Amino acid sequence: MSYQTTKDTPFPAKQTFPAPKNTYLNAASTVKSWLLTGDHKRIAILYLISVSFFFALGGLAASIIRLELTSPKGHFLEHETYNKMFSAHGIFMVFLFLIPSIPAVLGNFLVPLMIGAKDLAFPRLNLISWYLYTTAGGLILLGMMRGGVDTGWTFYTPYSSMYSNTNVSLMIVGIFIAGFSSIATGINFIVTIHTMRAPGMTWFRLPLFIWAQYATSVIIVLGTPVVAITLMLVVVERALGIGIFSPELGGDPVLFQHLFWFYSHPAVYIMILPSMGVTSEIISCFSRKRIFGYSFIAFSTLAIAVLGFLVWGHHMFVTSQSMYSSMVFSIISFLVAVPSAIKVFNWTATIYKGSVELSAPMMYALGFIGLFTIGGLTGLYLASIATDVHLTDTYFVVAHFHYVMVGGALSGFLGGIHFWWPKITGKLYDEGWAKLAAGLTFIGFNLTFFPQFMVGFLGMPRRYHFYPEEFQAYHVLSSAGASVLALGLIIPGIYLTASLIAGKQAPDNPWMAVGLEWMTTSPPPTLNFDATPIVTWEAYDYTPNDPEEARHAVINPALLEIHTGVDPLGDGMAGGLE
Amino acid sequence: MIKNLPLMPDQASSFAAQSDLIYWALTLLTVAFTLIVFAALAFLAIRYRRGSKADRSRPLHGSHLLELGWTFPPLVLGLLMFVWSAKLFSTMYGRAPEGSEQIYVIGKQWMWHLQHMNGIRENNELHIPVGKPVKLTMISQDVIHSFFIPAFRIKRDVVPGVYTSIWFEPTRAGKYHLFCAEYCGTQHSEMGGWIYVEEPAEYQKWLASGGRRTADTQPLATTMEAKGLQLYEQQGCGNCHDADGLSRGPSLAGLFGTTVKLKNGATAVADEAYIRKSILEPNDQIADKYQQRMPSYKGQITEEQILDLMAYIRSIGPRPSASTTATPVSSATSGTRVHTATAGKPNPNLTASNAAPSRGN
Repeated sequence: MSYQTTKDTPFPAKQTFPAPKNTYLNAASTVKSWLLTGDHKRIAILYLISVSFFFALGGLAASIIRLELTSPKGHFLEHETYNKMFSAHGIFMVFLFLIPSIPAVLGNFLVPLMIGAKDLAFPRLNLISWYLYTTAGGLILLGMMRGGVDTGWTFYTPYSSMYSNTNVSLMIVGIFIAGFSSIATGINFIVTIHTMRAPGMTWFRLPLFIWAQYATSVIIVLGTPVVAITLMLVVVERALGIGIFSPELGGDPVLFQHLFWFYSHPAVYIMILPSMGVTSEIISCFSRKRIFGYSFIAFSTLAIAVLGFLVWGHHMFVTSQSMYSSMVFSIISFLVAVPSAIKVFNWTATIYKGSVELSAPMMYALGFIGLFTIGGLTGLYLASIATDVHLTDTYFVVAHFHYVMVGGALSGFLGGIHFWWPKITGKLYDEGWAKLAAGLTFIGFNLTFFPQFMVGFLGMPRRYHFYPEEFQAYHVLSSAGASVLALGLIIPGIYLTASLIAGKQAPDNPWMAVGLEWMTTSPPPTLNFDATPIVTWEAYDYTPNDPEEARHAVINPALLEIHTGVDPLGDGMAGGLE
Repeated sequence: MIKNLPLMPDQASSFAAQSDLIYWALTLLTVAFTLIVFAALAFLAIRYRRGSKADRSRPLHGSHLLELGWTFPPLVLGLLMFVWSAKLFSTMYGRAPEGSEQIYVIGKQWMWHLQHMNGIRENNELHIPVGKPVKLTMISQDVIHSFFIPAFRIKRDVVPGVYTSIWFEPTRAGKYHLFCAEYCGTQHSEMGGWIYVEEPAEYQKWLASGGRRTADTQPLATTMEAKGLQLYEQQGCGNCHDADGLSRGPSLAGLFGTTVKLKNGATAVADEAYIRKSILEPNDQIADKYQQRMPSYKGQITEEQILDLMAYIRSIGPRPSASTTATPVSSATSGTRVHTATAGKPNPNLTASNAAPSRGN
């Protein structure tokens, strides 16, 4: 089982590997076998295709916005079209890409593999969740084709419920259904992680990616119903004239914001926590070192999930919210920064005395830490109430949440896709192109969004089609950066696709990683493992001292025993319950 | 090029410098922490790159001391920033100083309507004197807007159905952007204008011309309370609400700012929100000892008219309100008196300025 490696390439370069005989990909090839599959890995692929599609649409809308904003009075769009464009960008990106991206693609693929299970607890529910997602996507697309919406992704009342003449109800029904898709995935993960861990896989041996998926699922299950009902109430007010949010009908418009952000702030953590999980996996693997402060990272994940539910009011400091509520929300928002800081420092400390290899996934992970650090710290300007009064609803906020959601969540997603690509597809991508793309993405991202902090501080409000000329230089800089960023995002689409056709067969464990997912074939068989693995080692069991040796010796002896059918615990419980 | 890339907005209010101080303190923290993280990542990644000869003996997988070391500094710094910021915020969103210039703001798709107590109305422009606190009481006629003056570092949402308020003190004469910061529909990005902060002498001149700088001959504006009284007469409010009337409803003289006992046993302060609600939804808060007779005026009078009525009720309030005394110029220029009216009958001089009132119907 030992691989020949050369020093400079991450992959065992000169050696070729036979493709495994039975994999989830070649188990069946009919369209029906894909569309009616219960295999979590196939469903992950279905999700990957669909979220990529909607990401491309959202990106297209972003490109049009950035192009339009190079001139203070626009180039080619009407006000209404511009407003629909940023609404489309937000709706595609938030509801159809960021929220499902890591959980539904990587989580779906990896949760059972990482805990040593054959599948998720409810395979049919998993498939239903994808159909709900595609139905939601279809409805939202239909809404866009019928003219779109001009409310922004936030659907603030009473504009959305009483004033907008666009396809608000259709969009909301779409988002409502997308919410159920998230809930189905969340429940599936919670049950799976609780009940289906392999023997020996205790809670504190779980990879931190699993902790992150677990915390995310809890947020999804607790928060999504609230936003789903809230948005339905907008439809009720629009369609039936029942007063809930409109003062004209006796409602309270700010109530909507409370309910909306009660979910939508935690939703930010739905987007970022999974990326943090990915980062923990990658940093540890490419430093050949156990993660630093495992339990601190795990508990800070839970702390973020809990505190994240108590800060929604910081979106509303300048509304009619009482001054004293604002202060409470402000202090809790400062507190939520602490667990985030803990994570960043622990990742950094992980590298200490490690053996660092700057592979493409590692570049994305380091990029994640950098961008998330800036995104998180600029959040303090907005947690701080007095400065928030000036900065809220300006481009400063736009820059801040893009640093968190694009710099953070998207970097994590891309890092994860690269890290597990050989496992998912059984193919190796071109490492040179991947590194170039990771670099371009990082540079392009900063060029795009850093100027937005500056122009936001100057007072440029968000969602403005026309703007005063003195802001133009910053907008031009931002748009120029966006073209670099776009390039950095298009290139992976090309070389990853190319790897499917012409890529070399990946070995089972190209990174010499220690997670259970690497101890099966690439791609894995339909039921993931030949035999139920028995875990006798701690998570991240890496040794940095001799990198070459580490590469060869990574296959854990325990696993060899599994392969030979020996029960390493000697208690006759192999394959049984924990 | 530098000219095209300004680093800071103008500082033109008493809040601006304080707010910026917090901004730069946070920037210092952000830069410091970012540098620490970036430098550490870069240093460690280079020193411990694969194949380097760095000492890797006795690797560290955790340390409670270190965890405490990087948990507490961010915690303490965060709490300090919270206290500092909350203190400034409580001034910004707190009570406006006595003697503030009162301005009423109505937001509607897609314009700002601003009204001075002396009756001067402005659209998408606001003239104010330098060095004097200004209080804005704001309401929206349709969707949520947000009143944002970057040079003053203030912003507050303008919400339909509730009054919000904010105050500031301009410290530097000049022309500053006014933006709508809350997305409000098609022409959101054009719902803006200018704030003109003028030297007191300039401002007096502007007021003297009734807000019309060129046409001194134009008829002078009617004060808000005069318009309020006119409306009070037209609608026959006095039939029930006059102090010497039939007492079918509570007298409004001396009402503003007092605490009212309600039929259901609760009490309420007769502030702007209370009065607005009493006009639009009189069923909700019936004063003690009175029957519910009043019809709702919802849909019958505009937000502007409610504000006029408010100004009138305020003018016959128990104490000279900050706002009315704060417009001394009106007595000199607009021909109507400033009402520091004592509790009792409405000041008859109020009616002098405009159409003949017809009391009762």
